[in-house]
Amino acid sequence: MKLNIKNGKIDMSHGSGGRASALLIEELFLKYLNNDWLAQRNDSATFNIDAGRMVMSTDAHVISPLFFPGGDIGSLAVYGSVNDVAMSGAKPLYLSVSFILEEGFALCDLECIVISMAQAAKDCAVNIVCGDTKVVERGKGDGVFISTTGVGVLPQDVNICGSKAQVGDIIILSGSIGDHGVAILSKRENLQFETTIESDSAALNHLVADMVNAVPQIHCLRDPTRGGLATTLNEIATQSAVGMHIHETAIPVKAEVAAACELLGLDPLYMANEGKLIAICARADAETLLCVMRDHPLAKHSSIIGEIVADKHRLVQMHTAFGGQRIVDYLNADPLPRIC
Amino acid sequence: MKYLDEFRDQNQAHNIAAAIANETRPDRDYRIMEFCGGHTHAIFRYGVQDLMPNNVQFVHGPGCPVCVLPIARLEAVMQMLRQYHIILCTYGDMMRVPGVNRRSLLQARAEGADIRMVYSTTDALQIARDHSTQAVVFFAIGFETTTPATAVAIKQAQAEGLKNFSVMSNHVLTPAALGAILNAEQPVAIDGLLGPSHVSSIIGSQPYEHFAQHYQKPIVVAGFEPLDVMQSTLMCIRLLNQGRNIVENEYTRVVTHAGNRKAQALIQDVFEIRDTFEWRGLGQLKNSALQIRQTFAEFDAERRFPVEPDVLKENKACECPAILRGQKRPTDCKLFGNGCTPASPIGSCMVSSEGACAAYWSYAGFRVPANNKQYENLSG
Amino acid sequence: MCLAIPAEVIHIEADQALVSLGGIKKEISLALVDNVFVGDYVLLHVGYALNKIDPDEAKKTLALFKAAGVFEVDT
Repeated sequence: MKLNIKNGKIDMSHGSGGRASALLIEELFLKYLNNDWLAQRNDSATFNIDAGRMVMSTDAHVISPLFFPGGDIGSLAVYGSVNDVAMSGAKPLYLSVSFILEEGFALCDLECIVISMAQAAKDCAVNIVCGDTKVVERGKGDGVFISTTGVGVLPQDVNICGSKAQVGDIIILSGSIGDHGVAILSKRENLQFETTIESDSAALNHLVADMVNAVPQIHCLRDPTRGGLATTLNEIATQSAVGMHIHETAIPVKAEVAAACELLGLDPLYMANEGKLIAICARADAETLLCVMRDHPLAKHSSIIGEIVADKHRLVQMHTAFGGQRIVDYLNADPLPRIC
Repeated sequence: MKYLDEFRDQNQAHNIAAAIANETRPDRDYRIMEFCGGHTHAIFRYGVQDLMPNNVQFVHGPGCPVCVLPIARLEAVMQMLRQYHIILCTYGDMMRVPGVNRRSLLQARAEGADIRMVYSTTDALQIARDHSTQAVVFFAIGFETTTPATAVAIKQAQAEGLKNFSVMSNHVLTPAALGAILNAEQPVAIDGLLGPSHVSSIIGSQPYEHFAQHYQKPIVVAGFEPLDVMQSTLMCIRLLNQGRNIVENEYTRVVTHAGNRKAQALIQDVFEIRDTFEWRGLGQLKNSALQIRQTFAEFDAERRFPVEPDVLKENKACECPAILRGQKRPTDCKLFGNGCTPASPIGSCMVSSEGACAAYWSYAGFRVPANNKQYENLSG
Repeated sequence: MCLAIPAEVIHIEADQALVSLGGIKKEISLALVDNVFVGDYVLLHVGYALNKIDPDEAKKTLALFKAAGVFEVDT
């Protein structure tokens, strides 16, 4: 019995743990994701870790559409957990992955996703060491949901945390905002517009490794995913009990991203990013960190966007390109295109 | 982006701000109502008020079609969804507006109603074509800027024989709202007005002339960008200093005296004026809204899917009505930040992207409700 | 009220136009306007062109902004 990847569909038997499940694992997952751990075909993976601190993070991916300019749910799922681990300053090592597949999902699409995950894991230099698959009835899923959990190790002198921003610190952004959010929107029904914008979905762990190597005493790192830059800055401000002053003119936004946001009445500050990060460090370290970041291909357009200030109300305030002042609030709800 | 970036240039802002500072007389106040909710948001989003002298104040107007839609109309749509098997198409703006028991269309969708968010009436027509055996209702809102799009859609549906398509019309008229503000029993104290940008591109600057003359207030039709707002404010200040109660047009690149005749004719063809219509904040206004003509009756969702909504009352503590009339500020409302926030709105002024309350909360940093003795502007 | 933005017409076919805004391209309806040509700028709102943008008037408005800061000398 062979899997008909070209024309076949997922059915309930693929999730039942029997012969059909085994076939799916052998002929699809293991074909592309194979390594020493998965080759053993155990339910768990065993590995050694040097003595020290470990970091673990988990992420679920339910994105729609599954395939978008610049990526797909598979690569996004890998980068997502790798980046989350990396934001602590840790070196990501291993991932687990679980799939919830909807009955009727095309095997050829699943194959594309798995190939993409394998490539992404290679890009990150991490191994996917264990996994699980379940199938839900037609109508109870959105094609596929993917959850990943990542583990990594922290270098000794690194203590990066959202509560460590201090008054006087500098805020650095690694590149243009809103690319991922706009790339996704361009593929949504009823919002069709043509754009060359691609998602910035990328593995940030190599960039972080360079940064931590040069400036181990970085205070905060975070990737502004859902909710955008605005929400991430507000989260850190709240955690660290500080305020922030940022400058709109220092925040890079690609022309097409700005245009798409104008078209739909959205604010780039709230659009998701999947390949950018915020670094907060002491003023004395800012130049060094900026240089190191700009040397990396994923952060060539890094810029200092603001500073940390004392503020009991923990507000993020922005000096606008127009010369006025405004507050940048948390995202209150998912941005919806509007007419007014 | 051409015709946007140049109208947001910071250097020019300083020019105009200097002129305003120079020309405002220190012995008087200038209370200028920006009628349009989009202008309210531009003012706060770009920080325009920071560039004004202290004696120039903006009073926020009712030009926000989401804000002025009474809860009863939203409830009528909810009833349509419950009673009939329809696909509802709506602009994004209406999705989070709280209705009865603070239930929104977004929540109704989560509970199983077939509600589709669309960017354009052309999308709604396509949905009707793709689901020819199902009734598709378009929830039409908006002032005159948005009405022509609905008119085109209805005519298109008629031309194609798209019998499953219909529209629930809540289109409202700017001059009626302007009249209600200026003619109120206790009219809000304003010296002049900034007229809406894009409504005016359709109706022209002519309809405002009667109001400027009758109520003796200058009206400047203002463009949408922050430099337009500032330049229009300067023009209004000049007119006030000169004592000239006329209409001037700052947005000449788009607005003419007569407006867009083609669009006006299309509206006239498809719609007629309702005797009366309830507005949140402004009450029952005569000749203030549009309904679909008899000739297009088969595309009128109110005729095809009649409902009997209950008589509904807005939340008593919600000050949206007074805020829409310019009589109170968002911070005067007890619920502001005290149960009513953009994340969990009680009134439409907080949920609408153009509402004054949303602007105050999101951009200006007001966080403390008025029942505290002294509220702080936290952005200071 | 009413979010409307300027976009450049880059292709016309009957009552439809392809417009460009900062590189984003969208198909829109010209049902509300007449005499639109490739290269014109239109005001775009909910998928329809509402009006053409008059380039001469735009220039005049920008000139007014510049002139605003030039104070008149009291006579």
